[in-house]
Amino acid sequence: MHELSLTQGVLDILEDYAKQNDFKRVKTVWLEIGKLSHVQPEAMTFCFDTVMKDSIADGAKLIIIETPGQAICVDCGTQTEITSRIAECPDCGSYKLHVSGGDEMRVKELEVE
Amino acid sequence: MCTVCGCGTSKIEDGHTHNHDHDHSHDHSHHHHHHGDMHFGENDAGVSVPGMDEKRIIAIEQDILGKNDHLAAHNRDHFKAAGIFALNLVSSPGSGKTTLLTRTIEDLKSDLPIAVIEGDQQTANDADRIRATGVAALQVNTGKGCHLDADMIAQAIHRMEMPNDGVMFIENVGNLVCPAAFDLGEAHKVAILSVTEGEDKPIKYPDMFAAADIMILTKIDLLPYLNFDVAACMDYARRVNPDLKIFQLSSTNGEGLEAWYDWIKSGVATAKS
Repeated sequence: MHELSLTQGVLDILEDYAKQNDFKRVKTVWLEIGKLSHVQPEAMTFCFDTVMKDSIADGAKLIIIETPGQAICVDCGTQTEITSRIAECPDCGSYKLHVSGGDEMRVKELEVE
Repeated sequence: MCTVCGCGTSKIEDGHTHNHDHDHSHDHSHHHHHHGDMHFGENDAGVSVPGMDEKRIIAIEQDILGKNDHLAAHNRDHFKAAGIFALNLVSSPGSGKTTLLTRTIEDLKSDLPIAVIEGDQQTANDADRIRATGVAALQVNTGKGCHLDADMIAQAIHRMEMPNDGVMFIENVGNLVCPAAFDLGEAHKVAILSVTEGEDKPIKYPDMFAAADIMILTKIDLLPYLNFDVAACMDYARRVNPDLKIFQLSSTNGEGLEAWYDWIKSGVATAKS
């Protein structure tokens, strides 16, 4: 389950920011997770409490903002929202869709004290 | 205005110089908060009172894989400086990655410097198989880990003799899910799929076939004994990734290997130049 490594990556980012910004505790973490990214939000939620335990974010609340997948059809140029990488173009039926958004995995904001 | 935290209208960056009170500039073009900005006075009362506790919101906008990607870029520079063509081989367990690798090494080792980084959870069996061909191999055991990451590769390349002006094969942990997320600094991610696995694997594990830019369909010598639809498999793969380059080959009878070798040699020639 690579979400464990990714959640560890989130904690690394929080600790770096804590050093730079003089805060002692993270109360809320907002993550932006694209629908087409490598993260299953449920798996990350599952890991989160365990990874954050005894850290500056022990007991922090996790809020995952899911962003939609976006693609452009190579054949007809239609821009469309997609929910998986095996979607087809709603206009022409082509599978040649280039993903243009929704694959991000980002720590967006923190609530700290 | 940001729809998440409600910070002000002056926070949209367009890639041009902007005025604010820290001393570095940003050259990227997307809308986001300034790194490390601290938004006081956004508590429920809307005021900031020195000395009193309040909620503080810090805008971060950091890629979770930023650290990995930074190390991967370092690895890529390292490979580039040494003229090395690095390939990250990914597949499910049992696709025949190591068999393809040993055959490829046997056939190319007189033409090219070759080295291998072998990723597995446990045992040095695969590195032993590679070393039996006479080329350098370093085993990286991930323990409970399900993938190699850029830090493991960074450590590996500083511990082994590098195949300068040649090819570095990185055999990832057998897993069609997790290794898709982690850039190692390779030139190409090569997904290997054997015909004994079922033609719909690319749509069952689309993230991997989208992350890869090369696909190798292996064990094609077994096709007469299987109900495997090659055309359907390739169609599924290109549905996930329209730009995927596909090789079909057999490590056992050698069919299709020449095209694979020619591609490697041309990659090495490009990496050297």
